Amino acid sequence: FYLTPPQVNSILKANEYSFKVPEFDGKNVSSVLGFDSNQLPANAPIEDRRSAATCLQTRGMLLGVFDGHAGCACAQAVSERLFYYIAVSLLPHETLLEIENAVESGRALLPILQWHKHPNDYFSKEASKLYFNSLRTYWQELIDLNSGETTDVKEALINAFKRLDNDISLEAQVGDPNSFLNYLVLRVAFSGATACVAHVDGVDLHIANTGDSRAMLGVQEEDGSWSAVNLSYDHNAQNEHEVERVKMEHPKAEEKSLVKQDRLLGLLMPFRAFGDVKFKWSIELQKRVVESGPDQLNENEYTKFIPPNYHTPPYLTAEPEVIHHRLRPQDKFLVLATDGLWETMHRQDVARIVGEYLTGVHHQQPIAVGGYKVTLGQMHGLLTERRARISSVFEDQNAATHLIRHAVGNNEFGTVDHERLSKMLSLPEELARMYRDDITIIVVQFNSHVIGAYQNEE
Amino acid sequence: AAGMFLRLLSDVRWRAANPKWRRTTCSQRSTSSTAEPHPVSLPAQAQVVICGGGIMGTSVAYHLSKMGWKDIVLLEQGRLAAGTTRFCAGIVSTARHAAIELKMADYSNKLYQQLEQETGVKTGYVKTGSVSLAQTQDRLISLKRIAASLNVMGIPCEIITPKQVAQLHPLINIHDLVGAMYVPEDALVSSANVSLALATAASRNGVQIHERTSVSHVSIQKGRVTGVETDRGQIQCQYFVNCAGQWAYELGHSGEEAVNIPLHACEHFYLLTHPLKEPLASTLPTIVDPDGRIYIRNWQGGILSGGFEKNPKPLFTEGRNQLEIQNLQEDWDHFEPLLSALLRRMPDLEALQIMQLVNCPESFTPDMRCVMGESPTVRGYFVLAGMNSAGISYGGGAGKYLAEWMVNGYPSENVWPLDLKRFGSLQSSRTFLRHRVMEVMPLMCDLKVPRWDFQTGRQLRTSPLYDRLDAQGARWMEKHGFERVKYFVPPGNDLLDLGQSKTFYKPDWFDIVGSEVKCCKEAVCVIDMSSFTKFEISSTGDQALESLQYLFSNDLDVPVGHVVHTGMLNEKGGYENDCSIARLSKRSFFMISPTDQQVHCWAWLKNRLPDDSNITMEDVTWKYTALNLIGPRAVDVLSELSYAPITPEHFPSLFCKEMSVGYANGIRVMSITHTGEPGFMLYIPIEYALHVYNEVMNMGQKYGIRNAGYYALRSLRIEKFFAFWGQDLDAFTTPMECGREFQVKLEKGMQFVGQEALLEQKQNGVYKRFTMFILEDHDTDTDLWPWWGEPIFRNGRYVGKTTSSAYSYTLERHVCLGFVQHFDEKTGEELVVTTDFINQGEYEIDIAGQRFQAKAKLYPFSSLFTHRRRKDELELSGYQRE
Repeated sequence: FYLTPPQVNSILKANEYSFKVPEFDGKNVSSVLGFDSNQLPANAPIEDRRSAATCLQTRGMLLGVFDGHAGCACAQAVSERLFYYIAVSLLPHETLLEIENAVESGRALLPILQWHKHPNDYFSKEASKLYFNSLRTYWQELIDLNSGETTDVKEALINAFKRLDNDISLEAQVGDPNSFLNYLVLRVAFSGATACVAHVDGVDLHIANTGDSRAMLGVQEEDGSWSAVNLSYDHNAQNEHEVERVKMEHPKAEEKSLVKQDRLLGLLMPFRAFGDVKFKWSIELQKRVVESGPDQLNENEYTKFIPPNYHTPPYLTAEPEVIHHRLRPQDKFLVLATDGLWETMHRQDVARIVGEYLTGVHHQQPIAVGGYKVTLGQMHGLLTERRARISSVFEDQNAATHLIRHAVGNNEFGTVDHERLSKMLSLPEELARMYRDDITIIVVQFNSHVIGAYQNEE
Repeated sequence: AAGMFLRLLSDVRWRAANPKWRRTTCSQRSTSSTAEPHPVSLPAQAQVVICGGGIMGTSVAYHLSKMGWKDIVLLEQGRLAAGTTRFCAGIVSTARHAAIELKMADYSNKLYQQLEQETGVKTGYVKTGSVSLAQTQDRLISLKRIAASLNVMGIPCEIITPKQVAQLHPLINIHDLVGAMYVPEDALVSSANVSLALATAASRNGVQIHERTSVSHVSIQKGRVTGVETDRGQIQCQYFVNCAGQWAYELGHSGEEAVNIPLHACEHFYLLTHPLKEPLASTLPTIVDPDGRIYIRNWQGGILSGGFEKNPKPLFTEGRNQLEIQNLQEDWDHFEPLLSALLRRMPDLEALQIMQLVNCPESFTPDMRCVMGESPTVRGYFVLAGMNSAGISYGGGAGKYLAEWMVNGYPSENVWPLDLKRFGSLQSSRTFLRHRVMEVMPLMCDLKVPRWDFQTGRQLRTSPLYDRLDAQGARWMEKHGFERVKYFVPPGNDLLDLGQSKTFYKPDWFDIVGSEVKCCKEAVCVIDMSSFTKFEISSTGDQALESLQYLFSNDLDVPVGHVVHTGMLNEKGGYENDCSIARLSKRSFFMISPTDQQVHCWAWLKNRLPDDSNITMEDVTWKYTALNLIGPRAVDVLSELSYAPITPEHFPSLFCKEMSVGYANGIRVMSITHTGEPGFMLYIPIEYALHVYNEVMNMGQKYGIRNAGYYALRSLRIEKFFAFWGQDLDAFTTPMECGREFQVKLEKGMQFVGQEALLEQKQNGVYKRFTMFILEDHDTDTDLWPWWGEPIFRNGRYVGKTTSSAYSYTLERHVCLGFVQHFDEKTGEELVVTTDFINQGEYEIDIAGQRFQAKAKLYPFSSLFTHRRRKDELELSGYQRE
């Protein structure tokens, strides 16, 4: 049983989304040309989420991927809420006042974000009032705090991440009279999500990362080849600094039990995450909330289970690590992706595949025989392989889709093998997760001309 | 500035050339006696200046000098044979579809064979033979058709089995072949050296050759060439020959008056390899695998293989570009399909080492035929270019014909299919050429079935009724840029991809055209024939009549309102044009000619009408929409629409009258249909076209009117034995040879062009005779259909070829038209063809090697038709049901 190429394509393209930054008077003044995004589920339902939005009251664009675990509730909530928290953190005092006054007097609110969503990307209607109230409390506090200083992006990102995680935790502790919402906020808090968010404003690129998703910059070298620059560090057991940090935060006595089998407390892969209150709350708090919570929660073995060696919570934080990068003309694109991609592909290959895709086939280095000894048969083999690569490029209109095709279908020679692709995509639901993880990818393409112009101005 | 540009270019090209080739040429050059040009300054004047030192230029110089013209200068911007000639694959192949191309290639082959002996220059001529492979039955049919023409020309050729192919070439994989054609006398040459040999011989005959000299500009005065300007000075001359290859288009546009030479370059790739372990014999035949789109020849123990890909890369659309020339690189990815085809054909070559992939631009023309002849606008300006990658095969013959043309006024063969004047300025748009050559280059290898049409460069010239007809199911073909209807697919008929069906057998439009023909015979049909060329010639006094009486063979001094069928003959009595002329008034004439005569006829008349401001000639083709109302009920439709009596007494046949049709006034109505059927041609000022068409269709409904196309027209005219110019008639056929003596004013004591030749023929008889053949044992459903160019056999001996054919729905038989000659059985000498000779033979027509019995006729079946019509009229009452 094999999927035909059109069937494969319809699976791969089901969630693809593209956005092009509109041009004004034939000019695109944004340093972002646009982005392609896509996701391929392995879990049913998928636990990954993605978000993209343009900030309307400040400059810049926000993009992020969110990898949920123990369910998708937390990833869903973060994907809906985090960008609002970031946007609000970035807003100047006057704008915050204006917004608050508008809410106070029941006037129309200034729009804060313009979302770029695939039809499958949904927002929870029921929780919107609750989420809004939490957000309002946050900006009211910001107004009261009024430091008078200009907002630093890095700080804003850190504050937003931490504040949202705090709100998630508080909402779960307080609960909600509406039983549906009550259960929802608990599910959000007891599940978890990593986040990798990019904020692009002119040549300033900030990556805020919590967990093991990854941001990677695609750089075109002078000779036309592609290289990858990491713009985030994975927060997991493979990251020595991260292991070090966790150990520093807890008594020496716990050193051995903190990281077991490359997992936090022997349970959790990412060392930073939203939600996951089981790794943040005290045992008493957890017990109280679970016992007073709805039956579904009470009967759930996972939520009732207290991690072993749980002595000095919190063990987990949502605080992101923020990296700032000044974009250069050779920085052509940014890839944000959940670990599902990075498990299967090396970043260097990702850079090459996306780079060749974006610059088009005609940039494929022409072959010249020169003085080499090449036989007709060798040349034929080489050409057939190149043609296969070209045809796979032609099939995709979306760089993220193209990357997924390679991630799932690549054979040992680095070319897409239809047979393999077909097998991987037709795995039954219960088997799929064993062979691959959810994959979510955003490829942001930069406008080198605009970036070059920024550089020349300085 | 242009001159400087060209000079830079020539240097660049020379330096960019592959050093390996250069060495070969240099050593070759030491043995050649061509003088080094630079010390010698250019002459101030010459009779002929030839631009271009490739195979074409040197061949023209060679033949002109052989024919006795000595005052010739040949200019080459770089080195001799340094352009496309240098890089071409050097295959001399006679397997060609068109008779004239076949003759050129055959002559070239014979010329090259003895060239080394004649000049002492090594040409690398090796008679290897060639094998054209067929992977499909259709391809084999196509090869068999070529083989039939080659055989009657005396060129050895046979259809062979795949096993025989394997015996001829050790490396070929034959498992997917159904057969092949073997031409044992085809050859290989070094094309650059052939060119140098021709130059050497020409220079011995007095031709001056100047290399590194660029023509920047051709001077023209009063429509004549007066000289050329080069980067090294001026030369005054009477004749200029443009053999500039892929630069010919631009050179044509560099003069004061543009000479349109429609050609466009495409990149062409071929592969060179190192020798095989056991080097290939230099006598191994060349392999042509059209289904794989490749050719393979032996080359220095290895192979040379190239082809014609489906996705050609046109270049130099914006003109010469030095950067591009320098950067013409190997493109392996582009070559991949051809390499795959090569390895499929010769799998053992896998281990063979690559030497080089050569990128050699070739120029292509809009109809796959080369461009030759004199410019219609500038006298003394000749052109020979656009070889569609067959420059070496045609070089000798093409040069010979052009030299004859210049020296004698016309070549020794009918070269109309190659004549520059078949094109007009409408084919010289760069966009058109770019798009068309991208279709033409793959066609080199595509199967050529009867009645194929080009798909690109369409909808350029259209009738105002185009959209109306298209909406009614019209299927279109193109002639001289004009869209013409082939037939109408009836509503509800699912044969929508009719146009795509490619077959040598009965086509799927058979019944559709049959019903159109039936309607023409029994009721009335409308055919839009607006593409016909229309001129108006008038004068203040009798000058127009006097001039036309001299230029046309039939008597034009007829009462006003009469239409005359007449030939426009050359001095040898041959048809330069065949037309209908209506006398509109004492002093003005309306002339209707075939569509593709627009440029040729205009130039012919312009050059021959007296330089008298009292005579005016105007091309009014675009001013009139022409509707042909064919059929017995045409008269009823017309009389109802005009309230005018149109009975034979008031409107006899071959009559022309201006009248109103519907609301529209001033419609020129002529009682001719170009088919022999009753009916009328309506020449309608274009703004009335839609109105008149609507009126005709509305009124015609009760008479069973319907639209029809050119296929129906063709069937009608062929079964009526009507010859068409360009198809049956050409500059080498006279009215006497096609039974049209009655259209010639021989008895009236008037002088006209061609009179002497015709008088001689009348006295001594003709050497060929236009004859109609009805196929006897041919099964329309299962046998191959005739097309044109099929050999005719009389009592088992070859006597000529068909020129057109059609299925006659009336006779329910195929009808072929063609010329019968009489060759002496012993000497092969041409003898007079008498009526008895025609009537007393047993005839066979050879269709792709299979012979069918045919009955020869010199007159149409008039009795049969009248009988039928009377019977049909009885049935007409029930006709409207359809």
